[in-house]
Amino acid sequence: MVMAASETKFHVLAVDDTLIDRKLIEKLLKTSSYQVTAVDSGTKALEFLGLNNNDHQDVKVNLIITDYCMPGMTGYDLLRKIKESSSFKDIPVVIMSSDNIPSRINRCLEGGAEEFFLKPVQLSDVNKLRPHLMKRTQTNVNKRKAMDEIVSPDRTRARYNELEVN
Amino acid sequence: MERNPIRRQLAIMRQSLFDQGHVDEQFVQLEELQDDANPNFVEEVVTLYYRDSARIILNIEQALERKPFDFRKLDAYMHQFKGSSSSIGAKKVKAESTLFRECCKSGNGEGCMRSFQQLKKEYATLRKKFGAYFQLARQAGPVETASRPK
Repeated sequence: MVMAASETKFHVLAVDDTLIDRKLIEKLLKTSSYQVTAVDSGTKALEFLGLNNNDHQDVKVNLIITDYCMPGMTGYDLLRKIKESSSFKDIPVVIMSSDNIPSRINRCLEGGAEEFFLKPVQLSDVNKLRPHLMKRTQTNVNKRKAMDEIVSPDRTRARYNELEVN
Repeated sequence: MERNPIRRQLAIMRQSLFDQGHVDEQFVQLEELQDDANPNFVEEVVTLYYRDSARIILNIEQALERKPFDFRKLDAYMHQFKGSSSSIGAKKVKAESTLFRECCKSGNGEGCMRSFQQLKKEYATLRKKFGAYFQLARQAGPVETASRPK
């Protein structure tokens, strides 16, 4: 697989309470050359990010992919927590669900999810992740890069991108 | 066409899994994820499935012993089970899970029990078939590419 110019592996945090689905998504992501951390709950995801430590990002995560139906904190709850956090709101979040419920899908997209994948997730779905990551690549250059809006054909909503550069 | 007799038998077994409707396209997806780094990936996932889903089957069995049926709980268990079955491409098992859930939604206790019996049958049949298939696969050794069902 041809990598982007930077050749860095993007780090994806996968969240799913089901063991099999965790194994699957991990393999799908690794096959697509991502570095993967898989956890079994939203709470563990937040802990991993360091959200509980004064909102300071302990590890660099480029994308979060989470199951919707999880006990305790749902994928939607996790999405909202991420989007409401000043440190983490720019991390793209993708939601997976075995249920094809349009109102659920819309709610997630309105809530800030980049994509909504129906399970079982396939390689073709994982291939859709890359554009969401590329547009958020942080550079050392001290100016904003003009990036193309990414408009998904399935949705009418365009997302504008605000890059934070260090 | 496979020259090696073991490989040939393996291909026939594999084809019959599809032809008899035991597995669907998702199984092919699993095969496509199998590589040199994970040469037994499919078997690992299927083994994990049977281990993990045994727990859910037990939960459902126990729930069906409690009258009146807690249809919400039964449906929740089956939702989990269906998800896992779907993830490994277990077509018949998944279809039976759907029927069970429909019975839960309509409060059809008899239907649930019938459906569950059928589901356990399919589940056991598939386990046997997978067992034979993977045993042969291990004998055959690593295969270069996954072939699509015709």
